[in-house]
Amino acid sequence: MAKVIYKFGNDISTDLIYPGRFMATVLPSETPQYAFADNKDLNKMLVNKEVPEGSIIIAGKNFGTGSSREQAASTLKGYELVIIAKSFARIFYQNSVNLGLRIIICPDCEADKGDDIVITGNKVINTTKDMEFDIIPHSKTRQEIIDAGGLIVYTRKRLLNKK
Amino acid sequence: MVQTLVQKILARACGRDSVEVGEIVEPKVSLAMSHENAALVMNQFYDIYKGTNLDAKIWDSSKIAIIFDHRVPAESSKTATNQKLIREFVKEQGIEKFHDIRGDKMGICHQILPESGYVRPGAVVVGTDSHTTSHGALGAFAFGIGATEMASVWALGTVLNVPVPATIKVNVHGKFKNNVYPKDLILHLIGRLTNKGANYKVLEFHGEAIENMPTSGRLTVCNMAVEAGATAGIIPPDDETVNYLRNTAGVTDEIDMLLPDNDAEYDSVVDIDVAELTPQIARPHTVDNVAPIQDVTGIKIDQIVIGSCTNGRLDDIRIAAETVSGKKIADDVRLLVFPASGKIYRQAMEKGYLMDLMNAGAVIANPGCGPCLGVHQGALGDGEKALSTTNRNFKGRMGNPDAEVYLCSPAVAAASAIKGVITEPKEEKENG
Repeated sequence: MAKVIYKFGNDISTDLIYPGRFMATVLPSETPQYAFADNKDLNKMLVNKEVPEGSIIIAGKNFGTGSSREQAASTLKGYELVIIAKSFARIFYQNSVNLGLRIIICPDCEADKGDDIVITGNKVINTTKDMEFDIIPHSKTRQEIIDAGGLIVYTRKRLLNKK
Repeated sequence: MVQTLVQKILARACGRDSVEVGEIVEPKVSLAMSHENAALVMNQFYDIYKGTNLDAKIWDSSKIAIIFDHRVPAESSKTATNQKLIREFVKEQGIEKFHDIRGDKMGICHQILPESGYVRPGAVVVGTDSHTTSHGALGAFAFGIGATEMASVWALGTVLNVPVPATIKVNVHGKFKNNVYPKDLILHLIGRLTNKGANYKVLEFHGEAIENMPTSGRLTVCNMAVEAGATAGIIPPDDETVNYLRNTAGVTDEIDMLLPDNDAEYDSVVDIDVAELTPQIARPHTVDNVAPIQDVTGIKIDQIVIGSCTNGRLDDIRIAAETVSGKKIADDVRLLVFPASGKIYRQAMEKGYLMDLMNAGAVIANPGCGPCLGVHQGALGDGEKALSTTNRNFKGRMGNPDAEVYLCSPAVAAASAIKGVITEPKEEKENG
């Protein structure tokens, strides 16, 4: 069980997740401090570790629209957040899979800040509202990358098998 | 099996006759481009080799391009150090397609790649930049990827996880009216499709208006395909493509003209008659918030930006220079001009465009991404409004979440600089 800590609408851009002015910071170990930097309350909550790992962010359609900056995924991965959205923008989706950020595609999801959520293999269950919603599964290849622990490990295995 | 252009490119890059829309393929990469974010790619690349006894060596250093453009010259010691580490890596790995901060060699990656002849029709181009879609203008399948995915490409030479995208065919009919340009076409299309209307799909452009469009305009159109969510934009290569590659990019070897099948299956078809278009504006804070200019004329502007991978090419600077020539920009507006490359900077200087712009009151900055992503020069003050030929107007984009960005063509930007408010260009002149 985990709590929804924030609810966004549609089209949350990578500039909102990780503003361009912090792009000189690249290492996944250093990016979390700037998560949602222009949303002071949310940034403070994360930086001060006021929410536990596994906490949930709810979003509408097209979460992660815009830039290819991988910092947008690594900054959220730093807090082990789980993003449940109606849909994701393509590059952000790939980056999340590659870095092992947990993202859930749930087109019908209904949830509000403070709701308790359980995620099973194929459902998002909102225990506060007593409702459940279907998850759209990742493609086989994406799931293999996730199961391997991300693209770095997956690629390493490929390289070693090539030899 | 009949196929779209991207299906054909992917099939060839996979060593097959055909690929099906929706299947996951692992195409060989023709060119892999990064900018300053190569610093992160390097970090991830070395990580791949950790704990193995393999040598961390790029699969083919002749297929890597690294171009400094996002923060040039460096805005901070952090960036300068990243750039230094990348230079060392470039030497160590023997990367030749490296464009440092240097005279005619420098520029924005999405101008350097075409003008250097690095992109060919039928190529698979990946870049750690979402506007890598630009290179579809030359008939390549070009798309943005993240840094870790690029590290994997550097190691293997293939992209491991590419779903074959469906394609939307966009037929662009008619002839542009005076003062209406490719930027207006693509803004209009994004407004129609919405910012997610082409998500996970390709926009393949056809029609008379595309055939008559110079490569500079085609780059503008494909550059912003991603703003409709598209994986890529692509234009089948034609005489103009060959002309550009031979005469501007200096390509001398054989050019392979891969084309889509006439009866290929498309996800949907969109028809646009550009003769009906007026200048278009994307209003804050999403690129699909598009209106004809008549709806927004008179809005007071604090800063005008002409440049970027969308509209910093010689044609764009010429249009701006012709518009302001012999005039002065309004007292309380700043006009910033960023030529897209050192070569374009030199040409604009030689042709007198920069002189015209400076005489009017413009500041000519060095080639680079400039204020587009709010990381370097030209940040906005609280409550300020910018009018820009760049490609994004997200909240916070130009470095300040309390400012607003409107997007437009160079003609609108220059006409508005004279008046200090959003202004429809009226001058009667041919826009070739």
